[in-house]
This record gives sequence, C-alpha cells and structure tokens, in this order.
Amino acid sequence: MVATPEKPTYKVIGTRPIRPDGMDKVTGRAEYGADVKLENVLYGAVLRSPHAHARIKRIDTSKAEALPGVKAVATNADFPKPDAGSIDLGEGSANPVWLSENMLAGSKVLYHGHAVAAVAATELHIAEDALALIEVEYEVLPHVIDVREAMLPNAPVLLDDLRTNVRAKGADTPKDVPTNIALHMRIEKGDIEAGFAEAEVVIEREFSTSQAHQGYIEPQNGTAFWNRDGQLTIWCSTQGSFAVRAQCSALLGIPESRIKVIPMEIGGGFGGKLTVYLEPVAALLSRKSHRPVKMWMPRADIIRATGPTSATHNRVKIGAKRDGTIVAAEVNLAYAAGAYPGAPVGAGALCALGPYDVANQRIDGFDVVTNTPKTQAYRAPGAPASEYAVEATLDELAEQLQIDPMDLRLKNAAKEGGTNSAGQPWPRIGAEAVMQAIKNHPHYNSELHGEDTGRGVALGFWFNGGMESSSSATVNSDGTVSLILGSIDIGGSRAALAMQLAETLGLTLDDINPHMVDTDSVGWTGVTGGSRTTFAGGWVAYDLGEEIKKRVVERAARMWNVEADQVSYADGTITGPDDDEGKPRSMTFKEIAKQLQRTGGLIAVSATSRRNTQGAAYAGHIVDLKVDRETGKVTILRYTAIQDVGTAIHPAYVEGQMQGGVAQGVGMALNEEYFYDSEGHVLNASLLDYRMPVANDLPMIDTELVEVPNPGHPYGVRGVGEAPIVPPTPAIRNAIYDAIGVRMYSTPMSPRHILEETLPRED
Amino acid sequence: MQAVKYARATSVDEAVQMLRDGGDVARVLAGGTDLIVLARERRRNIDLFVDVKHIPDLTGITYATGQGLTVGAATPLYQVYNHPDVKAHYPALVEASHVIGGTAIQGRASLGGNLANSSPAADGIPAMIALGGIAHTAGPNGARDIPITEFCTGPGRNVLEQGEFIVTLSFPDPAPRSGSAWERFIPRNEMDIAVANAGVYLALDGDTVTEARVAIGAVAPTPLLVPAAAEALIGKPLTDETIEAAAAAAKDAATPISDMRGSEQQRKHLVAVLVKRMLNQAAARARGDE
Ligand SMILES: Cc1cc2nc3c(=O)[nH]c(=O)nc-3n(C[C@H](O)[C@H](O)[C@H](O)COP(=O)(O)OP(=O)(O)OC[C@H]3O[C@@H](n4cnc5c(N)ncnc54)[C@H](O)[C@@H]3O)c2cc1C
Repeated sequence: MVATPEKPTYKVIGTRPIRPDGMDKVTGRAEYGADVKLENVLYGAVLRSPHAHARIKRIDTSKAEALPGVKAVATNADFPKPDAGSIDLGEGSANPVWLSENMLAGSKVLYHGHAVAAVAATELHIAEDALALIEVEYEVLPHVIDVREAMLPNAPVLLDDLRTNVRAKGADTPKDVPTNIALHMRIEKGDIEAGFAEAEVVIEREFSTSQAHQGYIEPQNGTAFWNRDGQLTIWCSTQGSFAVRAQCSALLGIPESRIKVIPMEIGGGFGGKLTVYLEPVAALLSRKSHRPVKMWMPRADIIRATGPTSATHNRVKIGAKRDGTIVAAEVNLAYAAGAYPGAPVGAGALCALGPYDVANQRIDGFDVVTNTPKTQAYRAPGAPASEYAVEATLDELAEQLQIDPMDLRLKNAAKEGGTNSAGQPWPRIGAEAVMQAIKNHPHYNSELHGEDTGRGVALGFWFNGGMESSSSATVNSDGTVSLILGSIDIGGSRAALAMQLAETLGLTLDDINPHMVDTDSVGWTGVTGGSRTTFAGGWVAYDLGEEIKKRVVERAARMWNVEADQVSYADGTITGPDDDEGKPRSMTFKEIAKQLQRTGGLIAVSATSRRNTQGAAYAGHIVDLKVDRETGKVTILRYTAIQDVGTAIHPAYVEGQMQGGVAQGVGMALNEEYFYDSEGHVLNASLLDYRMPVANDLPMIDTELVEVPNPGHPYGVRGVGEAPIVPPTPAIRNAIYDAIGVRMYSTPMSPRHILEETLPRED
Repeated sequence: MQAVKYARATSVDEAVQMLRDGGDVARVLAGGTDLIVLARERRRNIDLFVDVKHIPDLTGITYATGQGLTVGAATPLYQVYNHPDVKAHYPALVEASHVIGGTAIQGRASLGGNLANSSPAADGIPAMIALGGIAHTAGPNGARDIPITEFCTGPGRNVLEQGEFIVTLSFPDPAPRSGSAWERFIPRNEMDIAVANAGVYLALDGDTVTEARVAIGAVAPTPLLVPAAAEALIGKPLTDETIEAAAAAAKDAATPISDMRGSEQQRKHLVAVLVKRMLNQAAARARGDE
C-alpha cells in the first residue's frame, strides 16, 4: 500500500488544465445519443400506463401493427423468460424479472407511466399515432404512494411473491404473507439500552423527505441494431457501458459477447443512468424489424418513469451527556423503493451517523415498495435523507445543551482508530479536519446582518466506491501515450485519469490522449458512480504508468547493454550508469519512444484493478439565508462548502462537483417534490412544475478544499462527487430556524410549506 | 409531435381567409411558445398553423402623447420591454413582459399570444388589464374592440369567435401623476409559473387617488379586474389603511384552486401581499420617487 501522509509535490496533479473533451462539448461537436444517425433507422415510442396500479387483462396491438409506417410492436411477452438470480452491475445488482417488467410491464402496471408496449415506425409521429391504437384492458387496483401507508398490514400489495427479507439480529420473523416490505436490515454497535441509560438528555424527532429526481438534462436514449447475424450494437447515454451490456444480455437472453455497447457522451446521470430503460426495448424492436431503432424519452416520461430517489420517513433518537458527548443513537429509516425493491436504505443506514463516533447505536432500515417509479441511485444514494434526520436533530440537541453546533460535532467526531456504524475500523479520515475548517472559516465567524436572516451548518458523509476498472495504454513512437478508458466520462474523467497517468510517467497532460471506448475495446469496468471513477480509474492509470516505466527501463537497459536495476526512471527521464567513456547515460521518454519500434516494438499495456481501499469523504457546509415571512420564500445569501477531497487531482473539477452537489441539495431542500393526485397520477411531470433550482436561485457557492490524502490510493484520491449533496438540506433547515424560529420536519421547505407553518390555521 | 401544415399570411384579410378555410383545426401562430408546446404534447388536435408574424399590422409599436400606445399583437416581447416609450409610461408592461420565459422565449413570445392563450396564470394579462388595454380584432364578422378585462372567459377560453384574431392591443396614455407596477410570486426566481400575480395602476392628485385599477391572476379561472379594490382607493388618500383595504378586497375577489402550483390559502394570502407591494410601488412611481 502506498502511503502519502504529507502531500508530495506533484507536477500535473493539482493543476487546472482544460479538459481534453472540453472544446467539443462547448462547441456542440461532441456526439450524444441524439446525434446517432443510421441509414434506414426507425423511431420508437412507448405506451405508458395511465394508472398507478392495475392488472393488465388484455393487450391488443393489431391495429397499431396495421398502421402504415409501423414496422414492429413489442410487449413484455417478447422478452425471453429471464433467469432467476441477479445481474451484477458493478455497483449494485438487478433482479432480471423485475428489470424486465420495469422495461415493459408484465401482468401488472405498478405506477403511473409504467411502460406497457413499444412501437417502431418510419417517423416518430407515426409511432406516436400507433400508440393510440394499442388497446389495453386494465383492471384498476387500489394503490399506495406513501411509504408508511405501504407498510401497514392492510395496504394494497404490489408484488404477490414478495416476503420480507430480515437481516436484523433480534428482530421478529415476519409472517409468510404478501407484504410491501422487501427488507428489514439492522446495523448495531455497542449496547443501545446501556447507552440511553447513561444519557442525561434524550431527544427524538421524525422527518420525512420527498422523492427527488436526478434531473439530468439529457434525456434517456438508446439506439439499437440487431443484425441478421445476431450481433447487437447499442448506442446510448449511460454511466456504465458494461452494465448496459449485462442488463441487455440477461433481458434478451443472448451472450454478452454478441452485444457491443457504444457509450455516447452523457449529459448528466447522477445515478439515474445505471439502469437501462430504452436500450433493450429498442433491441427487441430492431430484432423484429431488422432495422436500427432509435428511441429517446420525452421529459414527462423521464419524470414519471425514471429516476427518483426514495421518499422517506425517518426517526432519530439521540442520547447525550450534558457536556455534549453522544452516548447512544437509534435511527429508524423507512425508504420507498418505488415499484420494485431496491431502495438505498442500506447506504442510508451506513451513512446516518457517518461523521460521528457513537459507541452505542442501532440503525434499522426498511425497503418498501410503493406505486411510484422504481427508484434509482441518486448522488450519495440514501445518504441525504438519513443524514438530514441526524443533522437536524443534532442542531436541536446543541440548542438544548447550549453548545455551539460545531463544538457538539467536534466533540463526537469520527476519527482514525474508531469504528464506523458497521464496526469496521476507520483508516485516516477527514471528519475532524472538516469540522475544524468550518469553525475556523471566516464565514462561520462573520456577523449575520438583516432581518429574518439565519445561519445553519451541517456535515455530510459518503463512503465512496472502489470496485473494478480497466484501461490500456499504448506508447506511440512520438512519445505520446494513448489511454483507452473503460469508464464513462461524466464529470471530467478523461482529464482526471490522464492526469494521473501523466504524473506517474512524468509527462504532461498534452502527452496523454484519453479515449472513451465501446465494450469490445477495453476490459470490464464498473459504472461511473459511487464517486469511484477517479479513485479506481486512477489506480489503473497508476498501474499502467508503473508497467510502462518498468518496460521502458528494461528496454533502455537492453539498448545500453546494462542490467535493468542499473537504470532508473524519474520525471520522464531514463538514467543509466555512465558509459565506457564516463559520460552519463540518459534519455527522455520521448527519445526512447522514437527508438521503441527498432529495438523490439512499441509498448502496449493493459491493467485491471479491483481495490476496495477507497477513502470516505466528509463535507461540511455553512449557509446564510433570508426568509420572506410574507411569502415563505427562502433566499440563499451565502454558501460555503468545505470538503475533505483526499487529493484534488483537478481542483477546478473538484470544486465543480462540490458546487453541483450543493445545487442539487438546495433543490431537494427548497422546492423539489412530486405531486400525486388521489388516483396516484404524477401531476408535475415537467421541468416547469418539478422545480429544480435555476442559476439565479443560487449564490456563488464558495468552496474550500481540505486535503487529507487517502492512504489507500497512490495519489491519495478519495471520491468527491457525492458527499456534497448531503449537507444542504439540514444546513438550510437549521438556518431557517435561526432566521424565523420555525423548525421544519419535512422536505421540500418550499414557500408553500413554510407558509403552512407560519400562517394562522384559519387564514 | 403531430404532423402539422404551415401557412404564412401576409395580410389581415388573407389570415381571416386561411383561418376560415382551415376550420377549427387551424390555429393562429404568433411566437409559438404556447402553441408549439401544445402541438408537441398532442394536447390539441391541430392541422394547420397560420403564421401571422408577417402581417405588417401585427408587429410594431407606436406611441403618441395623449393617444397612448399600440402594440402589434404578435410583436415579440423583447421589443415591448426595450421600447423607450413603453419603459417611460407603462412600467407594469415592462415588468410583466420581462419575466415571461427567458431571453430566448422573449425573442418570439407575444402579448397577443399571451392573451389569446388565456391561461389563468398568464403574466401579461393582469398588467394589460391594469393599464386599461383593449384588444382590436379582425374576423369573418368584421372588426371588434374588446376591453381586455372582458376577453378571457375561462381557463384557455376567450371571446374570440372562430377565425377571429387579435390585430393590435392598445393602451390609453397614463395620467400625469400616475404609476403602474406588476409582480408575480414564484417559488424559484425565474422560469416558473405564477402562484399569484398582480398588476396595478393608480393616479394621484396630491395624495388622493383619482384613478385605480387592480388586476390579479392565477387566483381564479381568468385574470380578474377587482373593482372593489379600486373603490377602496379612489377618492381617498393613499395610506397603509387604504392599501390594506384594497389588498383585502383583492383577497376576497380571489377564488383560487389548490393544485401542485399552490394551495388555496397560499394563493389568497399571496395575492393580498402582492397587491399591497404593487400599490406601494406604483405610488412611488406616481410620486416620482422612482
Ligand atoms: C419556456 C417557457 C416559459 C414561459 N414562461 C411564461 C411566463 O413566465 N409567463 C407567461 O405568462 N407565459 C409563459 N410562457 C407561455 C408563453 O410564452 C406566453 O403565453 C406567450 O406570451 C405566448 O405568446 P406566443 O406569441 O408565443 O403565442 P403562440 O404560442 O403563438 O399562441 C398562443 C395561443 O394564442 C393564439 N394566438 C396567438 N396570437 C394570436 C392572435 N394575434 N390572435 C388570436 N389568437 C392568437 C394561438 O393560436 C395559440 O392558441 C412560457 C412558455 C415557455 C415555452
């Protein structure tokens, strides 16, 4: 293991070069899924359920098939029966039966907007016309949207076969009856009863959060061509081309080797583009029509049928000594999974108390199906909801104990030597450093001016992902290096990974030419998600660099006729022992590159890395805001985001990740929510009514990078993308209280909900 | 999207003809910022767009002291809010047209389209009502002058007959010591639909209100003129009490629904807040404080 206690001096790492893909992206040349143009292409459209919960009694597609221009119609019956078991996606897994039914409904539709059938036609409007000709007979069933209602014994049941999987020591075994509770999990440490017995103050609060969408701007899209040899090519917008391949293979019943996934540039994913929606459907339509089929999702369908993160209802009970030492914590999390199990409650549980060292704790989590779209990962999946509950409760505890909220947190900070909620020991982590940085920050120490203004702070934690990544590299004869990446580049991965290879080789970023390629052209690589890519891809880049260095040294030794161990490589220069005439032997990387072909061939290497030594990330935010008492509207006046980022490979992109996390966190805190009518219809399926913040809703978000290098990475990289979405909700909530004395217990804290708290009831 | 035919009219008569021939699946196309969205989402059955932007009368702005302002119904909003006479005399119109959509939308969207689309939450309509606007129309049965207060009849519905369309919108010249103001409440700061909006106009003689029009939107099936609010002001000095009374009248006139954009209680409360704020704003303008 490479340990980097002090940050070494780097040449490339820590600089802010323009990314290799930047010019194409800002000039519009970069190719996205919508830019895929193929001869003879058909356009696909999807018919969706008008009901939140219904049995499909009959589907008749004959009239649609008869419409001139229609070339294929598909329903779930066109999928082969999927094998039981699960599909490994690298980060998480998928149940193929549920996945298949989420692509195109099986015997039931489980949410408003659930895909039912698909049509491919020569023109999109013909495909849309054909949808209206598909006859579906539904038997409407009672539905349930709210997570707590779905847990009740008499709730409408979504999946008849579902039984609660209990992974909670000491919990009751449930009866063998259909239920919506897919999982009851528990993590525990110490002795919870003894802990509360020791407490001098106990505080217990309940919170709920609304379902929130990832809000990527680029719609889901997929183009598929299934040729007559049975080879399937897919062009799509995804966070993981290998995950698309695995899902399509399982759903379509064909070997992975027959599927080539070509990832196009991606216009945002945030966890929402790990799963497939359109790709396997386009493939089915292509197989039937023998023509390429292109599909993209209308915005309303994106909001109704993709994404969101769970709506949750959570309870937190904390016991502390008068001096602020937290002696016990009990957390209960209920997360709505949407139509099929898989809410991120496990991650929520692991993160809930992540910034703190609490000796006695018990965290229970419930994964509950509801008649809402199947939830997907969303930036730090599960963490914002559970940590919001804890951070908000801590603010109230600090007030009760009359302790500065940061002093309370510092007193209980998680540190190296302690253990996390699952009892695993912490390596070097930056919780305390971040907390201290908040306390020392001029923002925290500045005076707050104006009426109805308030300040709030909160911490955020995310454990980050490791997993498998692959790359290859070729040394070209001009001394440049082509770097072939299995990772999808969402937030600057080409730059961040090429910079790590450049650093390893002692070259400049201009010398490295990174490429994002299809699944046939590189080794298996996990998704770009879980804040894992700069970490895992960086390890691979480092391994590639070390291997290239080794081979270059061997070659130089051969050329100089000396032993390899007499040759060294530093800063892009190869140095050997003095020659017979006493002159020093030395070559630059470029010089030896020119001679490679003549001396035994160019150097090409590939590497795969699977290491789980990723380091946890801590974020700490300070927010000042103003509440307009007459309208209930919150205006953010100042925002500071501080974060332990390990090592900032490209500081500007790290700052961008932090700012982006804040922007999305502010959205969840202030305005983003789903409105359902009494029949379970989503009412606000547009970017007009699903209110993400626009640019002028946010002030400049100041950032401060704290760098506590990850001991598990050659350059100290920790993931940075997810932690910053966690603190905004509790920080804003705490600041609203500071401003107007109102404690909010649910999100979003929209003008409407704030007025509900402040207006007299009978007004 | 549905397949739609496109036709360009170059005169008022030609447009009348095209619309008559097209029947009820023909639609006037001005900026298209409402219409194309409707067609894309297949919310209306549309077969023909009749583009009226190339008819000379429908674009352009004229103002003359004593005569007032005339705006071609299809004039893009950016021309409205950048026009020096509009800026000088009709601040409520500037404020309303400046928030509709964003820069790109304002390059296309028109006041005529805003009015004819007749959304209860339309931002332009309360400003136009407060300014005493009149819609001048042409149609198979000849020309009409329709006060904008009487134009909308329900959500998406109005008094236009089959084949009839708006040619120009006119506004009287405001009194010398007068002011107007318009504002909406939205949860975000931009790109949002009004939870409530309000436009006001008032004229002063000394401190006494001589003329007043208070219009509110997004709180009833159509934008509303609130005569009771004007009565609470006219002939009286403008004070916190009279302003409160006008705001209370506006609140009483509001009959909002609760939906995803706002609750009934929230909307009634907000409309009073907005009317109060706008009256203070308009008064400041009338007094020349701003
Ligand atoms: C992104 C976006 C943001 C928006 N934001 C706002 C906002 O903040 N506030 C707001 O109020 N609106 C908003 N709108 C709606 C729209 O831009 C406005 O209503 C605009 O004023 C419509 O004008 P238009 O010229 O584009 O109308 P069009 O779309 O061309 O027409 C609208 C309707 O009026 C009819 N019509 C048009 N002109 C005439 C005429 N001269 N005579 C008779 N009928 C006619 C059309 O047939 C159609 O039914 C927004 C729209 C978009 C797409």
